[in-house]
Amino acid sequence: MTTRMITLTVNGTTYERAVEPRLLLADFLRGTLGLTGTHVGCEHGVCGACTVLVDSDSMRSCLLFAVQLDGAAIETVESLGTLNNLSPLQEAFREHHALQCGFCTPGMLMTATDLLRKYPLATDEQIREGLSGNLCRCTGYEHIVKAIRAVVEDTR
Amino acid sequence: MKPPAFEYRVAESVEAGVALLADARGEAKVLAGGQSLVPMLNFRLLRPAILVDINRIPGLAYIKDEGGAIRVGALTRHYQLETSPVIAAHLPVLRAAMTHVAHLAIRNRGTIGGSLTHADPAAELPMMALLLDATIQVASPTGRRTVAARDFFLGALSVALEADELVTEVVFPKLPPGTGWGFEEVSRRHGDFALAAVGTMLTVADGKIAQARIAIAGADEKALRASEAEGLLKGRALEPKLLDAACDAARACVNPNTDLHASSDYRRHLVGVLTGKALTAAWKRA
Repeated sequence: MTTRMITLTVNGTTYERAVEPRLLLADFLRGTLGLTGTHVGCEHGVCGACTVLVDSDSMRSCLLFAVQLDGAAIETVESLGTLNNLSPLQEAFREHHALQCGFCTPGMLMTATDLLRKYPLATDEQIREGLSGNLCRCTGYEHIVKAIRAVVEDTR
Repeated sequence: MKPPAFEYRVAESVEAGVALLADARGEAKVLAGGQSLVPMLNFRLLRPAILVDINRIPGLAYIKDEGGAIRVGALTRHYQLETSPVIAAHLPVLRAAMTHVAHLAIRNRGTIGGSLTHADPAAELPMMALLLDATIQVASPTGRRTVAARDFFLGALSVALEADELVTEVVFPKLPPGTGWGFEEVSRRHGDFALAAVGTMLTVADGKIAQARIAIAGADEKALRASEAEGLLKGRALEPKLLDAACDAARACVNPNTDLHASSDYRRHLVGVLTGKALTAAWKRA
């Protein structure tokens, strides 16, 4: 199989790798780079678990090929904070019990990061609409909405 | 699942893109936003030998206000349409429809050219192209041609486009003066494909409807215009009996599927209710 060389940055670090064209960005991040924070759920753009930022915009990493992203800047959940130094959004998720099993959480966090930049999120309904592309089977979303609401209010 | 193997080609220009498609002799698919194509690859519903990536073609993503029309480049992402002041000012019905298109992560990547070419019968952009009497600019190895939206959509996931042709631009005429609009959609979850959606435009002069347009998505094998209902409205004021007759005509012109999400009867019922709401909104705005 023919591979192509790509150079891109992930969380500020530059990587140069040879990739097969059919390699999905999600599998590139997890398998090639070992960044397993990005989760893979449905692999057809429905569950939102694999959402990352590509040049600052949230996108499904299961619907992009790594080969397309030569020159791009990717941000994953690993860019947000560390165990001892959570980002304000992560801290709000902890504070408001916005995760149980945690499988959807990386996608929720990266989606929320983009939503907070682009929309006023003035009402809970707007937050719910913003999260409608991310499935969570544990929380019933209530606490995720509360966590995002808290960040909106803190930054107002 | 993982996509099947394919050869990857990058088009650096429209001309190079159609040349790559022509060379592939029907074995290639165009990769634009990929928000419908990549799921189909991951499911292995498609096994194209070659993908021609058009994302690096410069100058194909724009929204231009040019006299009587708004010109939108084929690679314009849904989020750009959703947030464009030009669209909000001149095509507010399109602005309203864009807020129903999928989710932010999809809108950030999906393109207008891709959505029109994919032609999902329940998607908003094909019905908007029909409602707004858009024209679609197409490039082929032998030159350029223009297709009216009403001649472009042939059936479910089927459009009047050859394997070596590429959509380059969509041209939307601005709304005539005195035009009100409405957009109504019901879906199972915000951002999902419509169970049914209706867009309307009413141009009103001297208290009477000079021109009526009704477009419907999600209720047939393709998006369509409710021509008979449009004809009933012309030359009259929107009063309750006329509204009922128009809704009946809209219900009669669709042939919805039954699937996991809704029955045919329910979709037909929705078409009537949503047509009523969208016509009432258009009348009030006109």
